Amino acid sequence: MATSDIQVAEHALQHHFADMEQQQETSTFGMWMFLVTEIMFFGGLFCAYLVYRASYYQAFVEGSQKMNIWLGATNTAVLICSSLSMALGVRAAQMGKPKLMAVLLLITIVLGCGFLGIKAVEYHEHWVNHEFPGPNFHFETGDPAHPATDPVHTEIYFSLYWAMTGLHALHMVIGVGLVTWIIIAGLGGAYSRAYFTPVENVGLYWHFVDLVWIYLFPLLYLISKKHGG
Amino acid sequence: MATAVQTVERENYLNSDYGIKSWLLTTDHKRIALLYLVSITAMFWIGGFFAMLIRLELLTPAGDLVSSDTYNKLFTMHGIIMVFFFLIPSVPATLGNFLIPLMVGAKDLAFPRVNLLSWYIYMVGAITALTAMVMGGVDTGWTFYTPFSTTYSNTHVMGAAIGIFITGFSSILTGLNFIVTIHRMRAPGMTWRRLPLFCWANYAAALIMVLGTPVVAITLLLVALERAFNIGIFNPQLGGDPLLFQHLFWFYSHPAVYIMILPGMGVINEIVTCFSRKRVFGYEFVALASIAIAVLGFLVWAHHMFVAGISVYAALVFSLLSYLVAIPSAVKVFNWTATLYKGSIRYETPMLYAFGFIGLFTVGGLTGVFLASLGVDVHVHDTYFVVAHFHYVMVGGMVMAYMAGLHFWWPKITGRMYPEAWAKLSALLVFVGFNTTFLPLFIVGYMGLPRRYHAYPPEFQVLNVLSTAGASILAVGYVLPMIYFLWSLRYGEPAPPNPWNAVGLEWMTPSPPPTHNFDETPIVTWEAYDYEHQPQEEVTVGH
Repeated sequence: MATSDIQVAEHALQHHFADMEQQQETSTFGMWMFLVTEIMFFGGLFCAYLVYRASYYQAFVEGSQKMNIWLGATNTAVLICSSLSMALGVRAAQMGKPKLMAVLLLITIVLGCGFLGIKAVEYHEHWVNHEFPGPNFHFETGDPAHPATDPVHTEIYFSLYWAMTGLHALHMVIGVGLVTWIIIAGLGGAYSRAYFTPVENVGLYWHFVDLVWIYLFPLLYLISKKHGG
Repeated sequence: MATAVQTVERENYLNSDYGIKSWLLTTDHKRIALLYLVSITAMFWIGGFFAMLIRLELLTPAGDLVSSDTYNKLFTMHGIIMVFFFLIPSVPATLGNFLIPLMVGAKDLAFPRVNLLSWYIYMVGAITALTAMVMGGVDTGWTFYTPFSTTYSNTHVMGAAIGIFITGFSSILTGLNFIVTIHRMRAPGMTWRRLPLFCWANYAAALIMVLGTPVVAITLLLVALERAFNIGIFNPQLGGDPLLFQHLFWFYSHPAVYIMILPGMGVINEIVTCFSRKRVFGYEFVALASIAIAVLGFLVWAHHMFVAGISVYAALVFSLLSYLVAIPSAVKVFNWTATLYKGSIRYETPMLYAFGFIGLFTVGGLTGVFLASLGVDVHVHDTYFVVAHFHYVMVGGMVMAYMAGLHFWWPKITGRMYPEAWAKLSALLVFVGFNTTFLPLFIVGYMGLPRRYHAYPPEFQVLNVLSTAGASILAVGYVLPMIYFLWSLRYGEPAPPNPWNAVGLEWMTPSPPPTHNFDETPIVTWEAYDYEHQPQEEVTVGH
């Protein structure tokens, strides 16, 4: 077992690194730097969200009340579970158990696809209710006693909702693709106790995407239940 | 370490493999640097072509050569190409790519395949933007201000914005690669305090690329979404806020000017020390000044918006913070000057360009201080004064530094010497041509001539003719190196490993370097720029 580990490791060592340790540290450091750029990328959207939420709070509350909290909460739970199986999968890879890793990562994929499915149901609801920004946008609170106070700015809320969750969903799709690649490579014997850096880095990416949702959910779904509508 | 005469050309990164595939699929940082060099040179000439048309139109007061609509497109496309496709990648993607692994004693950048990917992304972005230009162009100005860009402009804003969006990721990947390489790939003994200042400067620029570029990427994506779906994030008619666009845009695009200038400053450090044969004055201060510029650069963006409707208090704070950038910039200029003091100065071509840089950057930097002060800025905002200031920093500063670096490292990159006399002549032409082009613009700007119009009152004609005449001298100054660099590839004298008798790991390996950079991993036991203690004869790898 030990010799085969070392063989796999030597095979994986790229020519410009002195040893596996340097290669592993370098890759992981690069992944963290990439996640920093991702934070800045989403940061522009979060900045726009904060500015408009501060300016048009009431319109944002009314928009937020159109969100299906139960679907959103379910999705939050689904994603947290997917991160758990991801973390366990990385652990399995570190211990040199590729089959266990594959099973755990498969659970991650199933949960990730489940998230996307639930999100698609939500998107469909908003779409048929004309809650998509653009020429066909139409917003009503659904309560005749409290008509929409500021539908123009509620449209901004929905613009941001679609942009932020859409970008997040795109990251989820990419994540599912990456995890699939890891499973295939892992079953092909690419990883061992001495070499599991790609598994770890894809894990970091998955947790990051999960974390973005942890912020998106309260910001978009849970603004206020008391005010408005 | 014998210096045996090599009769057979030894294997190097250029002759190790031939054919188009060996270039397009290479992961060697040196070859990727050359791919970038060819691409950005092409973009430089396209951007320069637009600049010449602008200058020709301004030869006469009447708007006679091109219509105002065409003129709008010309200055927009000049700006987009020069800023995003030439200046930002210029030194980092070519010289930085080539030199950083050599300077830190590594075999390659940390992520060679990502490095190649970044070039392909750059090409896709460049071709997208060029396609938008060929299909009719874009007229928003390189800044894409909303709501004009999102609602009113009928030109190819989408194509240009998406091109820049895509190219942004090449910049991010290059920056990421540099940061990780400088952290993790240094040779034994190459401590942070022994790192060449070129690496420090590129490290600082890479920080900005990594932290700033994603923000402009999402901003331009929102502009594209706004155009495509008519959503109202920046359009005031739909409740959006155009100022938010300017904040997000300048949050990147102001630091981006430091992406452009910092690597140029890094080049100047190497050249000034080499040709004065002295250790750089105040190494630590120069190194930390780069980081300080990168950090302060993120805190000054709203000085582009003094008259755009931000609050007076915000303007005051941003004005004060903008002044602060002058401190680390001045530290650098003073330290280069102090390095020259009592040095044994040699006036080789790179040094001529370096002198040009120091003088012109100082003019550009100091006029930046004028612009940072609220009262003056209100007076000269959107005039040719701003144009002159920006070009003094970017062309007088950055392009000078780029040319200095190309000459300095040309023997290392190609293994050939360029013709010194022609090079000196072209350096002189660039300096004279540049000043003749842009000095008059300070004057017409201060007299109140607004930028971005294709016609102007006749009393400004003399200075405009002078400027156009200067531009043609400048063009000759840029065409000449193009010719003799190409000429030198075949006819240039073969370059020794260290033609300038410089210190630094890149000079301790043959010219051109072997594919793996060093025959043995170097072990660094000396301080950076140790010119005073280094023997004058050729330096070899020490063990």
